[in-house]
Amino acid sequence: MRFLPLVLANLLRKKARTALTAASFAIALFLFCILVTIRASFNQGVDAAGADRIFVTNRTSLIQPLPLAYRDQILKVPGVQAVSYANWFGGVYQDPKNFFPQFAVDKDTYREMYREFRIDDAAWQSFQSDRTAAIAGAALARRFGWKVGDRIPIQGAIFAGEWNFLLVGIYEGTKANDDLTQFWFRWDYLNENLPDGYPEGYVGWYSVRMAAGADMVEICRRIDERFANSAWETRAQSEKAMAASFVKQMGNIETLMLAVGSVVVFTLLLVTGNTMAGAVRERTSELAVLKAIGYGDRFVLGLVLAESLAIAVMGGALGAGLAKAFTLAGDPTGGMLPVFYLPDAGLLAALGLSVAVGLFAGFAPALAAMRLEVATALRRL
Amino acid sequence: MARVGATAPSEALICLRGVAKNYRRGSEDLHVLTDVNLDVDRGEFVALMGPSGSGKSTLLNLIGGLDVPSAGIIRVAGDPITSLSRSKLTTWRARHVGFVFQMYNLIPVLSAFRNVELPLLLLPLSKAERRERVATALRVVGLDDRMDHKPRELSGGQQQRVAIARAIVGDPTFLLCDEPTGDLDRHSADEILDMLHHLVGDFGKTVLMVTHDPRAAARAQVTFHLDKGELS
Ligand SMILES: Nc1ncnc2c1ncn2[C@@H]1O[C@H](COP(=O)(O)OP(=O)(O)OP(=O)(O)O)[C@@H](O)[C@H]1O
Ligand SMILES: [Mg+2]
Repeated sequence: MRFLPLVLANLLRKKARTALTAASFAIALFLFCILVTIRASFNQGVDAAGADRIFVTNRTSLIQPLPLAYRDQILKVPGVQAVSYANWFGGVYQDPKNFFPQFAVDKDTYREMYREFRIDDAAWQSFQSDRTAAIAGAALARRFGWKVGDRIPIQGAIFAGEWNFLLVGIYEGTKANDDLTQFWFRWDYLNENLPDGYPEGYVGWYSVRMAAGADMVEICRRIDERFANSAWETRAQSEKAMAASFVKQMGNIETLMLAVGSVVVFTLLLVTGNTMAGAVRERTSELAVLKAIGYGDRFVLGLVLAESLAIAVMGGALGAGLAKAFTLAGDPTGGMLPVFYLPDAGLLAALGLSVAVGLFAGFAPALAAMRLEVATALRRL
Repeated sequence: MARVGATAPSEALICLRGVAKNYRRGSEDLHVLTDVNLDVDRGEFVALMGPSGSGKSTLLNLIGGLDVPSAGIIRVAGDPITSLSRSKLTTWRARHVGFVFQMYNLIPVLSAFRNVELPLLLLPLSKAERRERVATALRVVGLDDRMDHKPRELSGGQQQRVAIARAIVGDPTFLLCDEPTGDLDRHSADEILDMLHHLVGDFGKTVLMVTHDPRAAARAQVTFHLDKGELS
């Protein structure tokens, strides 16, 4: 602590240089945090997926339907506790840019299946009693300023026609990364009002809850086995696996992040390393004097590292703080990233990265300072 | 009285026996010091003169533990510093040596106070004790009213006085001054010399000073000459 004034004075020696280096940290770490947020957003489905839920889709493709009749058969599979189902609607609200997912869900079982979403009983009651009822996520309702009682017109794209829904409730999440941008309405309403050419009694997918302690792999195998060689073969997989394969389809964001991240880190190393090398070079005689009056080699090493670290952590904290503030303002893309949330682990990683880069970049100059021979250094004056 | 050439062991504060220093330059050895024997007693003011490149700074650095001799032994207050490890030598310097350089070598971003305080940060002293000692040292060099000034806000002579305060603040065993007046005008130089004189006469300090200026050397009690690697 008593050496703090020395470190501070050194930092303020060339204010512009310190500020610029810290600023590059701030920018880089801001970028890093946003990437982490986007990644977390992409992986949100994986993280939020229920560990005890199985997702059953048509084997041929996700968009092929399955008969409603499967419901009772799936229920008979040992280890299965509950079954719900839903359909993708894919309609447009006012403008195609206003994207959000709409699901036609089973009015009896859907709330019980997705317990991470909180819907009050009165709203759920209304959902049961009105065929045109709909429930929206809190973030979605906020985005369009919807209130319970509003009529929401949605233009069908897959299921042509103008559909009108009555908003009867708003659901909340229980975790920070729960998706609050979904729009639910009743599957029976969809089924009864299908446009010409659509057969009745089909669902998009089944959500299956297994009993506690049951073997998920085994249940998936049994479900698929039961419908093998039928006209609608199934693919049953854990909800997590399902979400993960979805992320994969979105493109290789991990690789992109890694590439961008490496470039950023590399650049930071160069910038900071250069700053510190310059700092040590121009202070050769001062460092020599410090050593002459009794400061040890290790102290000098620590002094340079402390300076490098201070720049890195100040800049990094600033960048991460700005990123956090930015993400708190919500999804900047208007619906593409339903859960735009910077996890604490991401913040921690950002800080860790700053510390690591600060130490690493400062290491070579610090070592040079440490190895400085007093007598030789003083001669060079 | 300080003397050169003695080979028998002595009780002197600073005692050099058979000290040599070679530098390798390319393929040939440069013999800067060949066989230096020197005794300096406590409370003496010794001047060291000699042509440029004769090895005065080299000798001072050896005595101050900034460098190690190629041969010979150096004792200070009976302790052979030539057998100390690098880190032990650093600690030893902090306790025993006060350095004053030609170019003052203050830390430009620190105030006079903080510059003088630097050696004390290594000692187990409270903040109040440090403040007290720094104030005393700055008073001795007559700069207690300039504590908060940065080096560039001080004249060359004042900067050198701050450097002297920094050298004496830890109450070292002796002071090593390498051309302390080399960069100063005559008036400032006289002030510095008065100060060193005062430190020796009134505080019983021991001072070794390298100088090119015969007037400066005249202020010392003894003057030695270094030439071709030998002291006389
Ligand atoms: N680290 C070193 N490597 C090689 N040669 C050195 C080194 N240090 C000193 N020398 C040489 O040793 C000789 C003595 O140098 P030193 O600095 O001690 O002289 P000096 O008497 O102090 O000279 P000046 O009056 O110019 O300060 C010079 O020839 C110098 O070039
Ligand atoms: Mg010299």
